[in-house]
Amino acid sequence: MLEIAISVLIVIGAAFTFIGSLGLARFGDFYTRLHGPTKATTLGVGALLIASVIHFSTRGEGVSLHEVLVTVFLFITAPVSAHLLAKTALHLRVGSLAPPPPRAEAASGAQTDGAD
Amino acid sequence: MLRRLLPHPLLTVALALTWLLLVNSVTTGQALVGLLLGWAIPVFTRRFWPDRVRIARPWWLVFFLIKVLWDILVANVAVAALILGGRRFARPAFVPVPLELRTELAISILANTISLTPGTVSAWLSPDRKTLMVHGLRVSDPEALVQEIKTRYERPLIYIFEPPC
Repeated sequence: MLEIAISVLIVIGAAFTFIGSLGLARFGDFYTRLHGPTKATTLGVGALLIASVIHFSTRGEGVSLHEVLVTVFLFITAPVSAHLLAKTALHLRVGSLAPPPPRAEAASGAQTDGAD
Repeated sequence: MLRRLLPHPLLTVALALTWLLLVNSVTTGQALVGLLLGWAIPVFTRRFWPDRVRIARPWWLVFFLIKVLWDILVANVAVAALILGGRRFARPAFVPVPLELRTELAISILANTISLTPGTVSAWLSPDRKTLMVHGLRVSDPEALVQEIKTRYERPLIYIFEPPC
Protein backbone atom coordinates (compact mmCIF):
# COMPACT_ATOMS: atom_id res chain seq x y z
CA MET A 1 0.00 0.00 0.00
CA LEU A 2 2.75 2.35 1.02
CA GLU A 3 4.72 1.29 -2.02
CA ILE A 4 1.82 2.33 -4.23
CA ALA A 5 1.53 5.75 -2.57
CA ILE A 6 5.26 6.33 -2.96
CA SER A 7 5.21 5.20 -6.59
CA VAL A 8 2.26 7.46 -7.41
CA LEU A 9 4.02 10.42 -5.81
CA ILE A 10 7.21 9.72 -7.76
CA VAL A 11 5.30 9.45 -11.03
CA ILE A 12 3.44 12.72 -10.31
CA GLY A 13 6.74 14.39 -9.45
CA ALA A 14 8.44 13.14 -12.59
CA ALA A 15 5.46 14.17 -14.72
CA PHE A 16 5.43 17.73 -13.39
CA THR A 17 9.18 18.07 -13.72
CA PHE A 18 8.89 16.88 -17.31
CA ILE A 19 6.05 19.29 -18.07
CA GLY A 20 8.09 22.13 -16.62
CA SER A 21 11.00 21.26 -18.90
CA LEU A 22 8.59 20.91 -21.82
CA GLY A 23 7.38 24.45 -21.13
CA LEU A 24 10.96 25.61 -21.34
CA ALA A 25 11.14 24.14 -24.84
CA ARG A 26 7.68 25.03 -26.12
CA PHE A 27 7.02 28.61 -25.08
CA GLY A 28 7.72 31.42 -27.47
CA ASP A 29 9.98 33.90 -25.73
CA PHE A 30 12.42 34.17 -22.85
CA TYR A 31 9.96 35.57 -20.30
CA THR A 32 7.22 32.99 -20.83
CA ARG A 33 9.86 30.26 -20.72
CA LEU A 34 10.70 31.34 -17.18
CA HIS A 35 7.23 30.28 -16.02
CA GLY A 36 7.73 26.59 -16.71
CA PRO A 37 10.77 25.92 -14.51
CA THR A 38 9.69 28.21 -11.63
CA LYS A 39 6.29 26.56 -11.13
CA ALA A 40 5.79 23.13 -12.60
CA THR A 41 9.10 21.99 -11.14
CA THR A 42 8.35 23.16 -7.58
CA LEU A 43 5.41 20.77 -7.40
CA GLY A 44 7.46 18.10 -9.18
CA VAL A 45 10.29 18.27 -6.69
CA GLY A 46 7.73 18.66 -3.86
CA ALA A 47 6.05 15.37 -4.75
CA LEU A 48 9.40 13.60 -5.03
CA LEU A 49 10.43 14.91 -1.61
CA ILE A 50 7.17 13.81 0.02
CA ALA A 51 7.78 10.36 -1.44
CA SER A 52 11.29 10.47 0.05
CA VAL A 53 9.96 11.47 3.49
CA ILE A 54 7.44 8.61 3.47
CA HIS A 55 9.98 6.07 2.27
CA PHE A 56 12.71 6.87 4.78
CA SER A 57 10.33 7.51 7.71
CA THR A 58 8.79 4.06 7.39
CA ARG A 59 12.05 2.13 7.31
CA GLY A 60 12.10 2.09 11.10
CA GLU A 61 14.96 4.53 11.63
CA GLY A 62 12.78 7.34 12.89
CA VAL A 63 11.14 10.22 11.12
CA SER A 64 13.14 11.70 8.30
CA LEU A 65 12.46 15.39 7.86
CA HIS A 66 15.52 16.93 6.32
CA GLU A 67 13.69 16.91 3.00
CA VAL A 68 11.79 19.86 4.46
CA LEU A 69 15.01 21.85 4.18
CA VAL A 70 15.28 21.06 0.47
CA THR A 71 11.74 22.37 0.00
CA VAL A 72 12.42 25.54 1.95
CA PHE A 73 15.66 26.28 0.08
CA LEU A 74 13.97 25.53 -3.23
CA PHE A 75 11.07 27.86 -2.49
CA ILE A 76 13.49 30.59 -1.52
CA THR A 77 15.96 30.20 -4.39
CA ALA A 78 13.74 29.35 -7.39
CA PRO A 79 11.89 32.69 -7.41
CA VAL A 80 15.10 34.62 -6.74
CA SER A 81 16.90 33.09 -9.72
CA ALA A 82 13.80 33.63 -11.90
CA HIS A 83 13.65 37.25 -10.77
CA LEU A 84 17.33 37.82 -11.53
CA LEU A 85 17.04 36.16 -14.95
CA ALA A 86 13.99 38.28 -15.83
CA LYS A 87 15.68 41.43 -14.57
CA THR A 88 18.79 40.72 -16.61
CA ALA A 89 16.68 39.99 -19.69
CA LEU A 90 14.85 43.31 -19.29
CA HIS A 91 18.17 45.00 -18.85
CA LEU A 92 19.59 43.48 -22.04
CA ARG A 93 16.28 44.08 -23.84
CA VAL A 94 15.77 40.48 -24.79
CA GLY A 95 12.96 40.16 -27.34
CA SER A 96 9.53 39.63 -25.83
CA LEU A 97 6.09 38.58 -27.08
CA ALA A 98 4.56 41.04 -24.65
CA PRO A 99 5.22 44.73 -25.15
CA PRO A 100 8.15 45.53 -22.84
CA PRO A 101 7.27 47.80 -19.94
CA PRO A 102 8.06 51.49 -20.33
CA ARG A 103 9.54 51.65 -16.83
CA ALA A 104 12.11 48.99 -17.72
CA GLU A 105 13.49 51.31 -20.36
CA ALA A 106 14.09 53.78 -17.57
CA ALA A 107 15.64 50.92 -15.62
CA SER A 108 18.15 50.29 -18.35
CA GLY A 109 19.09 53.95 -18.18
CA ALA A 110 19.26 53.97 -14.39
CA GLN A 111 21.58 50.98 -14.18
CA THR A 112 24.37 52.73 -12.36
CA ASP A 113 22.51 53.60 -9.18
CA GLY A 114 23.24 50.20 -7.73
CA ALA A 115 19.77 49.51 -6.41
CA ASP A 116 18.42 46.04 -6.73
CA MET B 1 23.62 44.72 26.12
CA LEU B 2 21.11 42.01 25.31
CA ARG B 3 20.91 43.42 21.81
CA ARG B 4 24.65 42.98 21.39
CA LEU B 5 24.68 39.44 22.67
CA LEU B 6 21.55 38.34 20.87
CA PRO B 7 21.12 40.61 17.84
CA HIS B 8 18.55 38.48 16.01
CA PRO B 9 16.53 36.12 18.19
CA LEU B 10 14.37 34.97 15.26
CA LEU B 11 17.42 34.12 13.18
CA THR B 12 18.84 32.18 16.12
CA VAL B 13 15.72 30.03 16.37
CA ALA B 14 15.59 29.55 12.58
CA LEU B 15 19.24 28.48 12.41
CA ALA B 16 18.83 26.08 15.34
CA LEU B 17 15.84 24.47 13.61
CA THR B 18 17.77 24.30 10.35
CA TRP B 19 20.60 22.53 12.14
CA LEU B 20 18.24 19.97 13.68
CA LEU B 21 16.75 19.29 10.25
CA LEU B 22 20.22 18.98 8.71
CA VAL B 23 21.44 16.37 11.18
CA ASN B 24 17.97 14.79 11.00
CA SER B 25 17.78 13.89 14.70
CA VAL B 26 16.40 15.64 17.76
CA THR B 27 18.61 15.09 20.78
CA THR B 28 19.61 17.45 23.56
CA GLY B 29 23.18 17.55 22.31
CA GLN B 30 22.23 18.45 18.76
CA ALA B 31 19.75 21.05 20.02
CA LEU B 32 22.57 22.67 22.01
CA VAL B 33 24.90 22.65 19.00
CA GLY B 34 22.09 24.18 16.93
CA LEU B 35 21.48 26.91 19.48
CA LEU B 36 25.23 27.61 19.70
CA LEU B 37 25.42 27.98 15.93
CA GLY B 38 22.22 30.03 15.96
CA TRP B 39 23.81 32.36 18.48
CA ALA B 40 27.28 32.55 16.91
CA ILE B 41 26.38 33.05 13.24
CA PRO B 42 24.23 36.18 13.73
CA VAL B 43 26.83 37.65 16.09
CA PHE B 44 29.68 37.14 13.63
CA THR B 45 27.68 38.23 10.59
CA ARG B 46 25.86 41.13 12.18
CA ARG B 47 27.06 43.58 9.57
CA PHE B 48 24.95 41.77 7.00
CA TRP B 49 21.80 42.24 9.06
CA PRO B 50 21.37 45.92 9.75
CA ASP B 51 17.68 45.71 10.67
CA ARG B 52 16.10 43.45 13.19
CA VAL B 53 13.32 41.36 11.66
CA ARG B 54 10.02 42.15 13.28
CA ILE B 55 7.00 39.94 12.80
CA ALA B 56 4.07 41.66 14.38
CA ARG B 57 1.59 38.83 13.90
CA PRO B 58 3.34 35.45 13.67
CA TRP B 59 0.12 33.43 13.49
CA TRP B 60 -1.05 35.32 10.45
CA LEU B 61 2.24 34.41 8.81
CA VAL B 62 1.39 30.74 9.32
CA PHE B 63 -2.03 31.24 7.71
CA PHE B 64 -0.40 33.16 4.90
CA LEU B 65 2.09 30.36 4.26
CA ILE B 66 -0.68 27.75 4.14
CA LYS B 67 -2.63 29.90 1.68
CA VAL B 68 0.48 30.37 -0.47
CA LEU B 69 1.22 26.62 -0.44
CA TRP B 70 -2.30 25.96 -1.69
CA ASP B 71 -1.89 28.62 -4.38
CA ILE B 72 1.40 27.03 -5.46
CA LEU B 73 -0.40 23.73 -5.91
CA VAL B 74 -3.10 25.38 -8.05
CA ALA B 75 -0.47 27.37 -9.96
CA ASN B 76 1.43 24.23 -10.85
CA VAL B 77 -1.62 22.52 -12.28
CA ALA B 78 -2.72 25.65 -14.16
CA VAL B 79 0.70 26.24 -15.70
CA ALA B 80 1.06 22.55 -16.56
CA ALA B 81 -2.31 22.67 -18.35
CA LEU B 82 -1.25 25.80 -20.20
CA ILE B 83 1.99 24.14 -21.31
CA LEU B 84 0.34 20.93 -22.44
CA GLY B 85 -2.80 22.17 -24.08
CA GLY B 86 -3.53 25.81 -24.51
CA ARG B 87 -0.22 27.29 -25.38
CA ARG B 88 -1.99 29.50 -27.92
CA PHE B 89 -4.13 30.95 -25.11
CA ALA B 90 -1.06 32.34 -23.44
CA ARG B 91 -1.25 36.10 -23.48
CA PRO B 92 1.94 37.38 -21.86
CA ALA B 93 2.15 40.93 -20.54
CA PHE B 94 4.19 43.08 -18.21
CA VAL B 95 2.12 44.61 -15.44
CA PRO B 96 3.48 47.20 -13.01
CA VAL B 97 2.22 46.68 -9.46
CA PRO B 98 2.44 49.74 -7.21
CA LEU B 99 3.78 48.69 -3.80
CA GLU B 100 2.60 49.83 -0.41
CA LEU B 101 5.01 47.58 1.47
CA ARG B 102 8.15 49.27 2.73
CA THR B 103 10.28 46.71 4.59
CA GLU B 104 12.82 44.84 2.49
CA LEU B 105 11.93 41.44 3.90
CA ALA B 106 8.24 41.93 3.18
CA ILE B 107 8.92 43.06 -0.39
CA SER B 108 11.17 40.01 -0.93
CA ILE B 109 8.48 37.69 0.38
CA LEU B 110 5.87 39.34 -1.85
CA ALA B 111 8.14 39.01 -4.92
CA ASN B 112 8.86 35.36 -4.12
CA THR B 113 5.18 34.65 -3.59
CA ILE B 114 4.31 36.24 -6.92
CA SER B 115 6.92 34.14 -8.69
CA LEU B 116 5.62 30.93 -7.13
CA THR B 117 1.90 31.51 -7.77
CA PRO B 118 -0.39 31.39 -10.82
CA GLY B 119 1.16 32.51 -14.06
CA THR B 120 3.20 35.40 -12.71
CA VAL B 121 6.92 36.03 -12.26
CA SER B 122 8.27 39.15 -10.59
CA ALA B 123 10.72 40.61 -13.06
CA TRP B 124 11.95 43.93 -11.81
CA LEU B 125 11.79 46.16 -8.76
CA SER B 126 12.08 49.87 -9.40
CA PRO B 127 15.07 51.51 -7.71
CA ASP B 128 12.77 53.55 -5.44
CA ARG B 129 11.06 50.26 -4.39
CA LYS B 130 7.64 51.62 -5.26
CA THR B 131 6.83 49.49 -8.29
CA LEU B 132 7.22 45.79 -8.87
CA MET B 133 7.15 44.76 -12.53
CA VAL B 134 5.34 41.47 -12.90
CA HIS B 135 5.37 39.31 -16.00
CA GLY B 136 2.10 37.44 -16.44
CA LEU B 137 1.67 34.38 -18.59
CA ARG B 138 -2.01 34.87 -19.31
CA VAL B 139 -3.15 38.39 -18.67
CA SER B 140 -6.63 39.27 -19.90
CA ASP B 141 -7.15 42.17 -17.50
CA PRO B 142 -4.02 43.84 -16.04
CA GLU B 143 -6.08 45.87 -13.54
CA ALA B 144 -7.67 42.72 -12.14
CA LEU B 145 -4.24 41.08 -11.80
CA VAL B 146 -2.89 44.05 -9.85
CA GLN B 147 -5.95 44.06 -7.59
CA GLU B 148 -5.63 40.32 -6.99
CA ILE B 149 -1.97 40.57 -6.03
CA LYS B 150 -2.65 43.51 -3.76
CA THR B 151 -5.63 42.04 -1.91
CA ARG B 152 -4.48 38.43 -1.83
CA TYR B 153 -0.82 38.81 -0.94
CA GLU B 154 0.20 42.37 -0.18
CA ARG B 155 -2.54 43.16 2.31
CA PRO B 156 -1.78 40.16 4.57
CA LEU B 157 1.93 40.99 4.40
CA ILE B 158 1.29 44.57 5.45
CA TYR B 159 -0.84 43.20 8.26
CA ILE B 160 1.92 40.79 9.34
CA PHE B 161 5.03 42.94 9.00
CA GLU B 162 3.94 46.56 9.00
CA PRO B 163 0.97 47.06 11.26
CA PRO B 164 -0.04 50.71 11.59
CA CYS B 165 1.10 51.93 14.99
